Order: sequence, then structure tokens, then C-alpha cells
Amino acid sequence: MASKKFGLNDEVVVIVGSGAGGGTLGNELAQKGIDVVILEAGKRHEINDFENDEWPMFSKISWLDKRTTSGTWRVAKDFPNLPAWIVKAVGGSTVHWAGASLRIQKHEFSARSVYGDVKGANLLDWPITLEELEPYYALAENKMGVTGTNDIPRLPGNNNYKVLAAGAKKMGYEKFHTGNMAINSQPRDSRGACQQIGFCFQGCKTGAKWSTLYTEIPKGEKTGHLEVRSDAQALKIEHDASGKATGVLYGDSKGNRYFQKARVVCVAGNSIESPRLLLNSASTLFPNGLANSSGQVGKNYMRHMTGSVYAIYENPVHMFRGTTMAGIVQDESRHDTSRGFVGGYEMETLALGVPFMAAFLDPGTWGRDFSNAMDAYDNMAGMWLVGEDMPQESNHITLHATEKDQFGLPIPNVQFSDHANDIAMRNHGFKQAKALYESIGAKRVIYTPPYPSTHNLGTNRMSANARDGVVNKWGQTHDIKNLFVSDGSQFTTGAAENPTLTIVSLAIPQADFIARSMAGKVF
Amino acid sequence: MDTPQQPKRRQFFKIASAGTVASASGTLPMLFVPDAALAEEVLGTAVFATLTKIARDIFPHDRFDDSLYANAVGVYADQAKADASLKKLLLEGVATANARAREKFGADYADVPTENQRLEVLNAMLSTPFFGKLRGDLVVSLYNQPAVWAELGYQGPSAQLGGYINRGFDDQNWMDKA
Repeated sequence: MASKKFGLNDEVVVIVGSGAGGGTLGNELAQKGIDVVILEAGKRHEINDFENDEWPMFSKISWLDKRTTSGTWRVAKDFPNLPAWIVKAVGGSTVHWAGASLRIQKHEFSARSVYGDVKGANLLDWPITLEELEPYYALAENKMGVTGTNDIPRLPGNNNYKVLAAGAKKMGYEKFHTGNMAINSQPRDSRGACQQIGFCFQGCKTGAKWSTLYTEIPKGEKTGHLEVRSDAQALKIEHDASGKATGVLYGDSKGNRYFQKARVVCVAGNSIESPRLLLNSASTLFPNGLANSSGQVGKNYMRHMTGSVYAIYENPVHMFRGTTMAGIVQDESRHDTSRGFVGGYEMETLALGVPFMAAFLDPGTWGRDFSNAMDAYDNMAGMWLVGEDMPQESNHITLHATEKDQFGLPIPNVQFSDHANDIAMRNHGFKQAKALYESIGAKRVIYTPPYPSTHNLGTNRMSANARDGVVNKWGQTHDIKNLFVSDGSQFTTGAAENPTLTIVSLAIPQADFIARSMAGKVF
Repeated sequence: MDTPQQPKRRQFFKIASAGTVASASGTLPMLFVPDAALAEEVLGTAVFATLTKIARDIFPHDRFDDSLYANAVGVYADQAKADASLKKLLLEGVATANARAREKFGADYADVPTENQRLEVLNAMLSTPFFGKLRGDLVVSLYNQPAVWAELGYQGPSAQLGGYINRGFDDQNWMDKA
């Protein structure tokens, strides 16, 4: 069924990006009868296009436009042009995510108040509380079909989880289970149950895992109020003399350019492209970029304290059999400074196939030490640590001074260096994971450094005051009433939890706010 | 253990260096089909054999057949044919390795008797663009072969077989007795 097509002169709501934020917002507005055009830079790949093959899918759906890196993070050394591992396709990073759907904890919304003034960190309390977001978390969990909520049974545990659970028990941990996952454990929402295929990162071949690609977007298109234009990369947001956003200039891969008029513009291109777009939209009236009176656009880039730990046993694990992220230990996500750092971290199982394991286990290494580890691949268990990293103004997205993309626009540079708190937390996590795995007989434990960032946050952060951030609690920019941010770049702080559930949850009240404002002719 | 059904010629990623996954121009990585026979033709038998030996020394798996390393190096077939500077890099890199091997051990690299001796030659070349490129490309081309997966116990694509829900996703119990 062909969906509605809008004209360039139709003053619609224009959303840049079709992922967790953009896709959800688009559907929420369409359900209210509001006309929306989503501009998605990437192509539209459907489930049929997914392959159970790591490198070909990486090539097909990853954001590979050139980016540069700086700072002391190891990613800049090992993957200098790949700061982030995210998706350029309809559905955004919900195509390749693992499905972990955790709520941010109460104290994490008040990071500045609770952690205090951490030297060198740009901590700030969110302008919203957990209590205010709870009803929307509940709506999102129902929308996405999160296991462990809404009477949805948790997924069964694979071997990798069984290793984690056995070790967690020995460690005296109490909060471990197969996770709150947006993956159907039984048929739901016209999508089948998980078959434990093991290629979650390559797109779910059964649609058991929630993705806006085959949920929010088709639902929105069915209303006749949503149009998704793929191969449509936003280049610049235009505004009028009063500073009101008027539309979005975008280009396709053939070199054509178009201008879509807009009554409202919502930016949801993930945390590198979103600030980049605002900065590239600089004008005489806004010489530092749009919505940047605070100077915080692009700043406070967070990628979570991450790292992986792989353990080799004398017996098989076959960790690749089953969901990529198959379970979690939550005990360390508490705030407890007796450990030597503020904030906490989650421990989540992770599995990679042989191709990715070789590339990412310990980038740059070679020789028997490395090949001995690969020889033991089938006896490996693994986990990914995800914890709260400190926002720092010096971690930022900026426009490259000289290098331009295929549209002639400055490419982004991503600068990041760990804060001392990040390092202390990672070291603790590595140590705890090692102890956990060794408690049930691991023969060798390998610490894997952070991958190119799959969680990218904070670069257009929420703040109560306009001087401290870019948007308010609705994701509305402080400077421009009809300009919004709808992705993870809104996050004031990173918290310890995977961000997708919160991004989806924020899109729901944002849609309400936009609809009310439009009805009240605010814009 | 299932052997994955794969087409004979698989496609690989072009990796420009150890650290670069996207090519320098910012365009999508191109997919290269490995062709050991063509690579041997383009680079010459002696160079190809030496690269295969170096490949094994960089990622030594004693149970891997030589053909797995030959296929890994085979990823340079089309690339070296089309790109004169790449061909030069590979030829000169091998020439350097041979020169150093003859200096230290009186034999060409491939004829140096022990792995440890050959590693001495490689360790002296660690910072060269030749080594960096080779290591960065081989980590992809060696480990992206279904035959290598079979050796390592990785079963590959599973959706067409119904996933692992009925094929042992939770079949191990040793961890509960540990």
C-alpha cells in the first residue's frame, strides 16, 4: 500500500531521522492526525534485506560517511574514522540494536545533586524527574513489548547467560535475569517470537525484536499522515527573520537538493549528526549555529563507560547461539562511592561472531597470544559493561576545519577523552567481571576496550535554564520555539542504562506538546 | 555441527589500514572477492607464497590448512590488479622482509626455519605501512571464511535453519556444576 506523499510546499512537521526518536515521534504525531515528513539519510532496507553475516550487513547499514576523531580515547587510535557504530537506514539504530530496554534510575536524573560537583565534569540535573517520565516509560514498554513488563515473560537464557548467572550467584549478586528486552518471547503485536537466531546486530530476521522500521513507521504510514523519504540527508535548517524555523534543505545520493517547508522541525539524527546539523545551519542571525545561545550544541558528548570482558573455559559455550544480549547483572548500577567512583554500571552479556571477534577482541594485536584466544572461540563467554560516563565540555562534536562531505558541508570531528571517574569505573567493572568468570573456572580472561560508540548521547542536552543547555524538558530548543530535538542528544547525563527506552519514552510527551502547541497556534 | 552453506566466492571488505574501516575518501567500503589464483598471477608466485607465510605468522593457527591463508591473501587479487601503488607496497614489503631475513638468517623469509626467527623479522617491521595494511586486512579476510568458522566452531547463518531455539542455544549445563 503506497503511503501518502506530501509536497515540498506543504508546511508539515519535518523530522530528521527515523530511529527510536524520529520514528516514534513520527508515528505518535500521525496517530493524532498531524502531517509528518521524516527525512532519513539512509536507504530503506526491509527484513528481506537482512543477512546473517556480520561484515556485509555492517557495510549495508552502518553510518560510514567520513568522520574524524581526536582526544585520548582508544577509538581514535584503532578506528580513527569510525567513532560510532550506528545505523544509516530507515529505522535508524533500532535496526541493529540488541533490544535492552531499561528505565533510567531516579537518582540518575539528579546526577549533579546526588554526585556533587565532580571536578572536570559538567554535571547537571535533568529538568525532568523519573516520576514525571514514569507514565511514558509504561506506554513505551507496552509499545515495544518489553519482557518483564506488561505480563510479558522474560526470554529463556542461552549458554552465555547461564555462565553469567552461575558466576553472578557465586559472586553474591542478587539482581540478575535475562533482561528487560524489547524482543518478543511470544507472538505479540503481529510479530513472531524470538528464534534465538543470534544475529540481532544484523537486523532481526523474524521481527521479534522491536524496530521502528517495521512497527512505528508502517503504523504511521497507514494513517495517511506520515511520509518517510529515504536517501534524504538533511543539510541545513532554514529560518525566517524572526528566527522561526521554516524548513529543511536536504540532498540525495544523486546530487539533487530539495527544500521541504516545515511548520515544526524535529532533529533526531543521533548525537553526531544532530548537533552537526544545527552547527551547519549557522546564519547571520545565528552565527554559532541554531539553538546555540548556551554554546552547548555539540558539547558534553557521552558514549557510556563501556568495555567488554571475554572469558575462555575448558568447555563449550557456543555464545553465538541466541540473542546477542542475553542477560544482565544489575547490582553494580547503584551509586556507591565506596567503590571509588560516582554512578554505576550494568553488566550485560554480549556475543560476537568470529569475524567481529577477530576485529574487536583486541584491535591491533596479532601473534599466538591472539590466535590462541580465537582458537578457543567456541569456549568463550562474554559481557559488555555499560555505565555512566561523565559529561565533559571538552568532549564534543565540532565541524572539521577543512574536510567536507559529498554535499560540500564540513564533516564532524568527534573528540573524547575518558574522565578519571570513567577509568575508575571501567577498571572496577573489568575486575568484577573477571572475578565473576573465574569463580566458575575461566582459564583466561580478556579485557576488550570500548568499541566504536553504539551509545551516543548528550550533545544537545536538556536543561532547566537556557544558559546550561540546548532544549527544555519537552525537547524544545530554548532559542527557537518550533525547533525540537528528539534523539539521545537530549540526554542531560548518560545514566548507566541503555538509552533506547528513554528516547522512545521522551518522544511520547514531546508529540503531545507539539500537538497542543499546534492546536493553540503557538507555532 | 552444521557446516554453513555458503557460495564459493565470498565478498570481503576493503580495509585501508589497521584503523580505518571506511575508506579514506569517505565512500562505502568496496567488496572484494578473494581469488587466490588471480592474486598469485598478479603478484607473482614467490611473493604470493611469502605473503601466505607471513599471513600464517601474523595469525598462527596450527590446524588451519595453508589454503585458508592463501584465500585470505587472495583478497588482494582485484585490488592489486587495479591499484599500482598497492601492488608496489606488497612487493616492496616482501622484498624488505626477504632482505632482513637474509641479513639475519641467511635465507629468504619463507625459508627461515622457525616461527620465532621469522617473528624477529616481522617485529622489526611493525611500524611499516606494509605490516599495518597486511595485519588490518587479514584480520578481516582470514576470519571471514566459512572454512575458518568451521574450524573454530562458529556455525554462521542460522535464520534459514530456524535459529538456535531448537538447536542447542541452551544445551550446556557444566556451568551449574562449577
